[in-house]
Amino acid sequence: MNLEFTEEEKAFRAEVREFIENNYPENIGTRGVQDDLSPEDMLAWHKILGKKGWSTPAWPKEYGGTDWTPTQRYIWSEENARKNTVMPLPFGVAMVAPVIYTFGNEEQKAQHLPGIRSGEVWWCQGYSEPGAGSDLASLKTTAVRDGDDYILNGQKTWTTLAQHADWGFFLCRTDQDAPKPQMGISFILVDMKTPGIEVRPIKLIDGGYEVNEVWLTDVRVPATNLIGEENKGWTYAKFLLAHERSGIAGVARSKRGVEQLKEIAAAEMLDGKPLLEDMGFAQKISQLEIDLSALEITELRTLAGEQAGKGPGPESSLLKVKGTEIQQRLTELTLEAVGHYGAPDFRSFPDDGSNDFPIGPDYAHHAAPTYFNMRKTSIYGGSNEIQRNIITKMILGL
Amino acid sequence: MDFDFTDEQNMVRDGISRLIREQYDFDTRRKVVASESGWRPELWAQLAELGMLAAPFSEEDGGFGGATEAMIIMEEFGKGLAVEPFIPSVVCAGGALKHGGNDAQREEYIGGIISGEMVFAFAYAEPRGRYDLANLETTAKADGGDYVINGHKAVVIGAPWATHLVVTARTSGGQTDKDGVSVFIVDKAAQGVSTRDYATVDGRRASEVYFENVKVSGDALIGDAGNGLPLIEKVVDEATAAVCAEAVGAMKVTNETTLDYSRQRKQFGTPIGSFQVLQHRMADMLMEYEQSVSMCYLATIKLDEDDATRKKNVSAAKVRIGQAGRFIGQSAIQTHGGMGMTDELAVGSYFKRLSIIEGEFGSVDHHMRRHIALTAA
Repeated sequence: MNLEFTEEEKAFRAEVREFIENNYPENIGTRGVQDDLSPEDMLAWHKILGKKGWSTPAWPKEYGGTDWTPTQRYIWSEENARKNTVMPLPFGVAMVAPVIYTFGNEEQKAQHLPGIRSGEVWWCQGYSEPGAGSDLASLKTTAVRDGDDYILNGQKTWTTLAQHADWGFFLCRTDQDAPKPQMGISFILVDMKTPGIEVRPIKLIDGGYEVNEVWLTDVRVPATNLIGEENKGWTYAKFLLAHERSGIAGVARSKRGVEQLKEIAAAEMLDGKPLLEDMGFAQKISQLEIDLSALEITELRTLAGEQAGKGPGPESSLLKVKGTEIQQRLTELTLEAVGHYGAPDFRSFPDDGSNDFPIGPDYAHHAAPTYFNMRKTSIYGGSNEIQRNIITKMILGL
Repeated sequence: MDFDFTDEQNMVRDGISRLIREQYDFDTRRKVVASESGWRPELWAQLAELGMLAAPFSEEDGGFGGATEAMIIMEEFGKGLAVEPFIPSVVCAGGALKHGGNDAQREEYIGGIISGEMVFAFAYAEPRGRYDLANLETTAKADGGDYVINGHKAVVIGAPWATHLVVTARTSGGQTDKDGVSVFIVDKAAQGVSTRDYATVDGRRASEVYFENVKVSGDALIGDAGNGLPLIEKVVDEATAAVCAEAVGAMKVTNETTLDYSRQRKQFGTPIGSFQVLQHRMADMLMEYEQSVSMCYLATIKLDEDDATRKKNVSAAKVRIGQAGRFIGQSAIQTHGGMGMTDELAVGSYFKRLSIIEGEFGSVDHHMRRHIALTAA
């Protein structure tokens, strides 16, 4: 039992650190609120990594994966967090791609995987509906076969960054009479430029437009866009959700976040002393660090299991719950730490082209919107209550 | 990076696990705890024979392992709520001797600990010292080549069973000075040592130990006079990691017991385990347990690193495991309902042990403060 990295792993860390240092574009924003980045900024690092062959480390080698061990992937995420890079969006790389290379046919792999790898094609996820959130299987969007096509009708929602998307993967009902709701669902790829698709951005509590409603009205999609078998979509959807949850712990980012929080608490003053030295606040930071240590070791234990050949299993639910709790607490404490300057709405100041904020310390501007925004983490990807249901069923066996 | 155990470590676990399973079922434990002596000397002899009391010592000292072996043994102790004094004798006294003892002391006393002929207790706490290891009213005054010890040591776990004590006393300086702390080996039968023995709420035995002009020779001093605090801090950190492992073992069984009960107990015509409110609580108990396992590993792995790293990680573990133990213990009683309140079921004993572990070698608040002091820079 040890936590040491091998010489090869240390060399790997040095290699990726150097690569990031030399290649990460300096002019990209690094703020936490996504829609303040331009679509180009969000893809810039992805495209550089695509050229290097590092945009899809977790994929099987034959499809363009790097063949890194889980430990190397962990090091990779740590080094990226260190630089606060804007990583490739998950919808293509981590979500639809594993479904395509696992269940798709050769044409689909050839058509879609290269664009996902290079960052040329932007994907979005058409899962949730107004009436189908945690109870995803109750979804109502229909896909009706018509000759060589499917015709899609319905409404999706919470579709992240669909306003920029080139393609989407949609869960649609193809059999209204299936004995169980899970059994009549299909997984269909949709070109977002197809007539009949309307994307309506939703303004969120942080003031941004990160998610959208996607309305589908008689959208004609070639039947060749069906993944796997008709009515087996739920299997692929569950597979995707398990993949989505691994890596969702965000340990490396949260470690970086704790460092930033400590910098803020060192700069903010209370009774003539840094806030960091206040016992009450210091205790909250220590608790966060301690919980993060526990999460990190739990993730490393899971990685060690993966290295020994176990796939991502129900323990990823634990990582999701604990990881998102920590991410949220981090943003709570940051807002708490910045004091008065948590209140001004940075969006209410005119854009004068300068990166300098007109009032207050720089670190305060995004504290409130980031806190607001991060409430999503315990809701998305299967809410934390749903994760507890999964643990109950899959681990406790109840 | 790996979380695997060596073949030898797996054998230690199998050996202890079998012993506890076969000879330490809950009814046996209940009888042992209620017996006059309160422990099983014959089991201790058996542990010695199996080599288990040598597990945390180096080959040089007649052993074959280190902190990981102690962790494994205490985890299994925790599963069976074994009361025998592995931590006081092997981890604490053994630790003080292996890190601070000279060749002669190590040979005599570590040899005695490993063979089981000597059983040590660790007399470090005092009635007014709380968790400050340097806050000592007990004094040891140099007298020629000897020392004369006077004072009162509080809640010395396992002292009723002990043949020897490792005692901290002040040889110089003020009551809370970091310098001036010294560590002594004292024969419990020495002139002037008296004890008041009693049971603890979690099934163990302890003593108040009084020293009245107890004369020990200079050979009884472990390490240098006045420089004992770093040694004691290291020893207590090792003991903290060990008690964390014990907690992890106890939590595992507490969770399993609770899950079993929720399958059997029916209300409203259905097993209570079918109720989501209890399912989610048990999912939380599982997550708390897994995080505790992680922290236990972390603390154990970091024990041999530099002082600051060791302290930070041990304190982090004790905070997390203290909190998890409280949550799991209380949730287990709640889920068992009225039956959880009875002395009849094992769950109450696990709850009680977890509750006392929370304060052993430093409470959550104590370790939180130490963590802050080491990290808020």
